[in-house]
Amino acid sequence: MRLACSVIDLKKEYVLKGETVRALRGVSFDVPEGDYVAIMGPSGSGKSTLLNMLGCLDKPTAGGLFLGDDNVAKMTDDQLANIRSRRIGFVFQSYNLIQQLTVVENIQVPLYYQGKLGTRERQRCIDLASLVGLGDRLSHRPTQLSGGQQQRVAIARSMVNDPYFILADEPTGNLDSRTTAEILTMFDKLNEEGRTIILVTHEDDVAKRAKRIVRLRDGLLQSDVMNSEVERKQAAEAALVEVSTPA
Amino acid sequence: MLWLRTIKLGVKSLWLHPMRSLLTVLGIFIGVASVIWLLAISEGISKAAQEQIASLGADTIMIRSVKPPSEKLNPQGVTPYGLTRAEFERLQTTIPTVKSAIPIREIRRQFQYKSRNLDGRLVGCTPEYMEITSLVVDRGHFITDAENFRRDTNCVLAAKVAERLFPYEDPIGKRVSIPEHSDSYTVVGVLKHRNASAAIGGSLEAQDFSSDIYIPIKTLQQRIGDTIMTRAGGFMTGEVIELNQITLRVRSIGEVKQTASVIESAMSSHSALEDVAVVVPLELLEQARTTRLMFMVFMGLVAAISLLVGGIGIMNIMLATVTERTREIGIRRALGARRDDIVRQFLVETSVLSVIGGITGILAGLFCRPAIVLLRELVEHYYPETMASLPEVVRNVTPTIVPESIPIAFGISLLVGIVFGLYPAIRAAQMNPIEALRHE
Repeated sequence: MRLACSVIDLKKEYVLKGETVRALRGVSFDVPEGDYVAIMGPSGSGKSTLLNMLGCLDKPTAGGLFLGDDNVAKMTDDQLANIRSRRIGFVFQSYNLIQQLTVVENIQVPLYYQGKLGTRERQRCIDLASLVGLGDRLSHRPTQLSGGQQQRVAIARSMVNDPYFILADEPTGNLDSRTTAEILTMFDKLNEEGRTIILVTHEDDVAKRAKRIVRLRDGLLQSDVMNSEVERKQAAEAALVEVSTPA
Repeated sequence: MLWLRTIKLGVKSLWLHPMRSLLTVLGIFIGVASVIWLLAISEGISKAAQEQIASLGADTIMIRSVKPPSEKLNPQGVTPYGLTRAEFERLQTTIPTVKSAIPIREIRRQFQYKSRNLDGRLVGCTPEYMEITSLVVDRGHFITDAENFRRDTNCVLAAKVAERLFPYEDPIGKRVSIPEHSDSYTVVGVLKHRNASAAIGGSLEAQDFSSDIYIPIKTLQQRIGDTIMTRAGGFMTGEVIELNQITLRVRSIGEVKQTASVIESAMSSHSALEDVAVVVPLELLEQARTTRLMFMVFMGLVAAISLLVGGIGIMNIMLATVTERTREIGIRRALGARRDDIVRQFLVETSVLSVIGGITGILAGLFCRPAIVLLRELVEHYYPETMASLPEVVRNVTPTIVPESIPIAFGISLLVGIVFGLYPAIRAAQMNPIEALRHE
């Protein structure tokens, strides 16, 4: 099986007010294509640092980080930008859509930085908007959409460049339980279709939906366990029950 | 295609804050419009001056008699001064580069026809005078050589003289009298109106041709003579003067300077009394061109300062925008924008601002002439006294748009947009994407 991403003895240190902080002290794990990984850990565990590395927003101090065959650790700033636009699909907690752009244009942004602006690409963006259920809101602006709708635009945007993996940072953190269930169901579906998802969360309910849970503690890998199918189904059903029960 | 999209995006982003963008554009607008206006006004003024000088004729040299300072004059009796007829003959015959020469004699006198009076200038001259001073005959004819040789008592009236003395009659064939000399002259011609010439440096005063009467110079010499007695405050003062001016026409413009220096040395006998001055319109014209250049540089500098202020306005607003849009920059960087892409995005925005300011500024600049005319008419209407007290150049200025000023203004506005947009754009691009994403 091919690897979407491979983390080998990854270390990251940075200097904060004269003190060296060792955020990651040697973390290793692989993410095969088609996997659905939840990364968990308390604050200060190095979770965000790892996320920044995986998202190619930052470079490791030592160790290797491979996306496909490319070693991110050795890339220049422009190469990192290039790989972000081609190989990574971001979903953020606060949606991070661009206010002055419409739904379709927001989905198109990663393609824009690859210089792909043809009608075929535009049609692809429209198809993706329809896939996440926003086919009738193509020309709306983010301010005209609800939180759940905005997050669905972000998910569509994360898929537009056929990334190695979708990197979701607390994607349900700003959403109510009904919308959370919706979004997580969408992730389940995307994963079934073969997309790789890496999800960073601190909520157990959310993490249980993944196939595998990686836990970090003090910059080290604490545990890396597979989630049984049974547990996943239970979690999905529990979420549905919670939504359908009147509060 | 990519650029087109970037420009479209820039316009969209600017449209998020229409008022802010408008005010920023206004800075450039004023800068560009003032470049064109100031250059057009300075060009208008200098063009008027140049035209006046050119109307004297670039191929002419004027030698004028000047009344010497009183301490150099003999207190008893009357001292003759100024140019003489002998000098005129000498100049005409001895300098090979002189094509033609005109002797001129001017006396201020009162003219009379029946009960009507007019104070004016009696000018004794030769037929060439008409051409050299750009006079145009309306009716009849100008003085002829034959009239001059015969010493005929014929005269030609300037337009205003004809209007004042003959409001209801045809002046041709009538006799205008000069009471001071108990003399009268038959009108043989009437001229069209001619604009007054302004005083242009040296001893050449402003000449108002409107109240002149022209007679043959030989007639004037014979009938009035060289001694002019004027009654002033109960005393009679007199002066003896043969010619007030000699106007020389040089064969070609290239020989003007050389001829002028020959004439200056020929006139050295007058240096003791300082009673003669040489005026060379070509030299004045060249001076006026130099002045024009200095004037334009100065005006351009003033306009450049206003463009600079506009540029600082752009920089100010873009720095604020960059801070405000830190989050957006973070998102774009995360989604694959390189530093260059961010720089380009913000540069395009500033360029759009400055180009819009530039284009509208140019349009406003093109309305310079009608706007000035309107302004002048408004001031004329509401504050006539103020208007009258303004110097003539200001009252009569007709702005002339300098064609080069349009591309220059446009180029400068674009340059201002890029130069002042560069720093904010680079600052935006240098942001750390992680921190930018965290920015609230």
